[in-house]
Parts: sequence; C-alpha cells; structure tokens
Amino acid sequence: MRPLQERGMNEALIRLDDIHVRFAKQAVLEGAQLQVHRGEIVTLIGPNGAGKTTLVRAVLGLLKPDSGTVWRKPKLRVGYMPQKLNVDPTLPLSVLRFLRLVPGVDRAAALSALNEVGAEHVIDSPLQSVSGGEMQRVLLARALLREPELLVLDEPVQGVDVAGQAELYRLIGRLRERYGCGVLMVSHDLHLVMSATDQVVCLNRHVCCSGHPEQVSADPAFVELFGQDARSLAVYHHQHDHSHDLHGSVVTGKPHVHGPNCKH
Amino acid sequence: MPDFLLNALLAGLALALVAGPLGSFVVWRRMAYFGDTLSHSALLGVALGLMLEVNLTLAVIVCCVLLAVLLVTLQQRQPLASDTLLGILAHSTLSLGLVSLSFMQDVRIDLMGYLFGDLLAVSPTDLAWIVGGSALVLLALIPLWRPLLAVTVHEELAKVEGLPVAAIRLALMLLIAMVIAVAMKIVGVLLITSLLIIPAAAAQRHARTPEQMALGASLLGLLAVCCGLALSWYQDTPAGPSIVVSAAAIFLLSFAWPRRT
Repeated sequence: MRPLQERGMNEALIRLDDIHVRFAKQAVLEGAQLQVHRGEIVTLIGPNGAGKTTLVRAVLGLLKPDSGTVWRKPKLRVGYMPQKLNVDPTLPLSVLRFLRLVPGVDRAAALSALNEVGAEHVIDSPLQSVSGGEMQRVLLARALLREPELLVLDEPVQGVDVAGQAELYRLIGRLRERYGCGVLMVSHDLHLVMSATDQVVCLNRHVCCSGHPEQVSADPAFVELFGQDARSLAVYHHQHDHSHDLHGSVVTGKPHVHGPNCKH
Repeated sequence: MPDFLLNALLAGLALALVAGPLGSFVVWRRMAYFGDTLSHSALLGVALGLMLEVNLTLAVIVCCVLLAVLLVTLQQRQPLASDTLLGILAHSTLSLGLVSLSFMQDVRIDLMGYLFGDLLAVSPTDLAWIVGGSALVLLALIPLWRPLLAVTVHEELAKVEGLPVAAIRLALMLLIAMVIAVAMKIVGVLLITSLLIIPAAAAQRHARTPEQMALGASLLGLLAVCCGLALSWYQDTPAGPSIVVSAAAIFLLSFAWPRRT
C-alpha cells in the first residue's frame, strides 16, 4: 500500500465556503465551510439541529444554499449511503435487484461488492427482510458499486449494535485504504468514529472547530493503553469544552477554552 | 361475437395490459389517492374539451397533467398535508366538471357514461385511441422502468447517482394521465383507479420481482376484464362496474391461493 500522499491525498474533491442556509427564516447554517480531499476521512459531528445533514445535502447537491460557494471536482463520482431506506413493503425487491439498480451491475459485481462489506449471504433475500446492520452494509455495497471518488455516509451506524458499529467504522476505514476515496461521514456520537477519522469537524451552524484527532491525543501509547474509546473521549472533551444555548450561541460564564485547532 | 362486444373486449384488454405495470408503481409509491384525484379531474377535462371543441382524450390528458403540476406546486408552497390537498382538488375538480357540463345545454352528453364508463359503446375510433394510447404508454415504460424503480426505492439516492428525478416523476404523472384518459371510456372517472391498484395489489402477494408483480397485475387485469364483460353480457349488468367487481373478487381470491415460500 502506497502512502496516502503519493495517491494524491491533497487533491480536493469538494470545497464548501461560507454556506448559509435558512429554513422558514430559521438559520440552519451560518457561514459553514468544509473540504474533503482524496483519501481523507472527514467526520462531521455536532448536536441535534447543528445542520450536519443540511451541510451534507449541500455537498450532495440535494439542496442549494442561500449563499456561499459549493465547488465539486468536475465529474466527481459520489457514492451516497443514506441514513435509511424506506422501501414500501409491497415492492418485491431482492438485495441483488436493489444493487442492480445501479446501471451496468451484474450478479458477479453485486456479489463482490457484498463480499467487500461482509453481507454476501443476503444477496437473494428480500430487501425488506434484512436486519438493520445488514441493511447498512447493503447500502454501503451499493455506494461502492458506483466506484466512488467520494463516499458520503449519513450516520452510517444508525440502528447497529455497538459491536457492529466498531466493525462498520473499521470497514469504512479499510474501504478508504483500498479505493483511495475521500469519505465524508455524519455522526452523532464519538465513541467509535475517532480512530477511523483523519479530520473532525465540529458543527453547530458554523464550524466550531476542526482538526486531526491525532493531534489532540497525539501519543500512540495513549491509544494503546486506553483503547479507542479513551481517545475519542479525549477529543470529546476538547470539542465540548464550551456549551451552546438553544440558539447556538456560546454560553458564557463557563470557561471557554479552545483546543489547538480551534478556529474561533 | 357482435362487433360492439369485440371492441369492448379489445379495449378492456389493452387497458388491463398497461394498467398492470403502471398500477404497480401506483401501489409501490402509494399514489392511489393521487390517481383518484387525477381521474376525478378528468371530467373537468371533458367539459373543457367540449367547450373548446378539441379532442376529448387530449383535453383529459392536458387537464390531468395541469392538475398534477398544480398539486406539486401547492405541496411545496403551503403546509396542508398531501391527502388534504388531494381531497380538496379531487372533489372540487369533479364538481367543477359537473357544474361546467350543466352550463352546456346545447351539448347532449351521457354523464353516467363518463362517470362509470360505457364500455359497450366503444366505437372503432375510440378503440384506436385506447389501443394506441396503451401501446404508447407501454413503450414509454420500457426505458423508464429502471429509473422509475430507482426513484421509487430512494429518491435522493437516485438523484445523487445522477438520475433526473423531477423529469422521471413528471413522466410517471404523464403516463398515469394518459392511462386515465384512455380508461375513462372503459370504467369511467370514478372507477379508474381501481383498475390500476386492484390487480397490482392482487398480484403483489405472489410476486418475487417487480416484473413478476407488473406482469401478474396485467394478467389478473385481463382476467377481470373477461369476467366483467361476461357478467355484463349474461346478466345485463353495467360493464365498467362489473369489471371492477371481478377485479375485487380476484383480489379476495388471491388470499386463498397459498403463498409460495
């Protein structure tokens, strides 16, 4: 495996600047920015209503921001893994057929994508009958079939048990290594994301802070000793050394200490 | 077999064939009430067509499409739920159609025929429209099949993957509008949706792929048309409602048929 730099890690896939979005006069994003490079895993974290999904929708082109610039690498191939799939129970669709909705996919290609994510056993099952964890893998397989340069995952571990979550994050990390694609993830909790991510962006309508989790807990021995959870907890405390009120403004009165990578 | 019965049979079979795949989409996308609303507005199309002296089939198609566009616009602009909007539009367009028709005293029309169908009065010209329209819809469905399935499974995923989702949805509405225009003569504006959804619902229990369900729905629709016409012929019942009753009976029977495991 070549080092990431040699594979053109610095090539930007998407660049969003000064994004403002309002829904019914309520500001959802106020000057958010985001970049994802080839071979890089970026994780968006933040409280409910922070605008994570909105920012992702802007990345995907599903939503046009009120102002700000969205730049995508020309002809960027995006693999998108939605939060969940609500297929009407009356639609008789096997997992194979679901994957073959991507043009040019045959059974062999679908099987190898399912193998990649460890879900080959469900290939002939009805889509509605697979479990939550299997469904996430099937959705990931579908995203992979697009041979994506950028993989966008909206809460990829929703409805998956804790053991499955860790495994799914490791899988995403492996896929990044294998395909050299950029990965943009949304996550609610930090416990398992951290060891698999290069860049953390803490969002609360604006980017509160962002940086490499490695810089926060730089010592590899730290991870060795305390495991993934401790490392993520260290970052967690860094991220939330200040709190926001319901309007998202920083609550003063508490000590507001910034980490080394904090931008405001 | 007398000519009028043959015409009726051919017209019914053509409609059943196209209603299978299209009705499957109506079921999968939960558009039954939407279809009902469009078909109710067809009567307004008839009134406008008579008023402007244009081809009635064309007038109905245009009216249905305009209503669909109006509906989508309203859904985005105000907070009422879709089914409320559909209810408002369905009944106000139907009533508007009835009121407009009552103003046209010089035009003698068979209102019952438009409301419940007049299959046994299908003329060779009508038949040509019905067969041609059905064939056109079937042909259009071939290239649209996979994109429509993709949009039905997950609209945003389809959009990210580069499908023109808005155009595909519009195409589906257009096809439904065409089938409604075609079916009006056969079962009437009040009963059209039943031919779309009942055979599809009956085929659903035993289908393993979308294509099996669509084909099964077509076959069950054909059967319903044959049974309905036979009932009408031997018992002198109204043809359109007889077909719907047959379809409903087939639906009930589909529960008795053991499900494949």
